[in-house]
Amino acid sequence: MDTIPILQLDDFLLISIQVEMHDRLALQLQDELTERVVKTKAKGVLIDISSVETVDSFMGRMLGNIALMTQLLGAETVVAGIRPAVAITIVELGLSLPNVRTALNVNSGMAMLRQLAGTSVGGNGHERQPE
Amino acid sequence: MSVSQSETAQIQDSEDIVRLRQRVRDVMKNEGFSLVDQTKMVTAASELARNTLIYGGGGTVILDILKSQVGRVGLRLFFEDHGPGIADIDQALKDGFTTGVGLGLGLGGSKRLVNEFVIDSGPDAGTRITITRWR
Ligand SMILES: Nc1ncnc2c1ncn2[C@@H]1O[C@H](COP(=O)(O)OP(=O)(O)O)[C@@H](O)[C@H]1O
Ligand SMILES: [Mg+2]
Repeated sequence: MDTIPILQLDDFLLISIQVEMHDRLALQLQDELTERVVKTKAKGVLIDISSVETVDSFMGRMLGNIALMTQLLGAETVVAGIRPAVAITIVELGLSLPNVRTALNVNSGMAMLRQLAGTSVGGNGHERQPE
Repeated sequence: MSVSQSETAQIQDSEDIVRLRQRVRDVMKNEGFSLVDQTKMVTAASELARNTLIYGGGGTVILDILKSQVGRVGLRLFFEDHGPGIADIDQALKDGFTTGVGLGLGLGGSKRLVNEFVIDSGPDAGTRITITRWR
C-alpha cells in the first residue's frame, strides 16, 4: 500500500504528493500529519501538490482539514504548486479553501512559512526557550 | 451523432475512483482534449463516482466517445446506481448541501464543469447521471 513520506526540515514538515490520492490515503495522511505536528512541535507544514493533476472536493476538504488542524496545534500550512488547470477547475467546482495559504512553488512556500514562524530565511530556527 | 467507442467500469471502492480518473484522463488525452478540458471532466468524474460509491452503495459507469455529424468529438459518462436515490434533486444540486460529511459541491460543481448534465433519480429508484464534455 502507498504511503506519503513526511520529511522534516528545521521546524517544518514537508510533503510532496506524488501518487494518485485515493480516499483512504488522504485520510491516512491527514491523521499522520497531525500526529507528526504534535510530536515534532513543527511550526509549519508545506504540502507540494505540483504533481497533482486532479483536486476534487474530497481532496479540497482534506487540505482544509489539515490546515485547520495544524492551526489548532499552532502551526501554519501552505499548499504549494497548484497547477493552472487545477486552479481553473477548483474555482469552477466552487471550492474555496478558507484556511489554506497557497504559494506558487516550494521555494516561495518555504519562505512564507519561515516568515510566518518568525524565523529569518537561512536561520536554523532552533531558538532556545528562556528557562 | 454516433458512439465510436464504449466501455463499462465498476465503482465498488475508492481505488475504482482513481482508476476511472486515470482512464478518463487517458482517453481525453488520446482524443486531443485540452489540459483544462481533461482536468474539468476528470474532476467531475471523480465527484460523481464518489457519490455513486458513498451514497449509491456502488454502481457502474459507461464511458462513450462520441462523434457528432459535424465531426466534433465528445466524451460522455453515464453513472448508474441502485441505491436510495435522491428525493429532492434541486436541493441536492445546491452548493453546500450534503446529507453526509462532504462539502456539498459534487453535484453542483460537476454540473458547472461539463457541457451537458442530465440527472434522473427518485426515492428508491436509484440514480442515473449523464455528463458530456465536447472538444
Ligand atoms: N448517487 C447518489 N445516490 C443517492 N444520493 C445522492 C447521490 N449523489 C448525491 N446524492 C445526495 O446529494 C447530496 C449532495 O451531493 P454532493 O453535491 O456530491 O455533495 P456531498 O457528496 O459533499 O454530500 C448528497 O449529500 C446526497 O444526499
Ligand atoms: Mg459528492
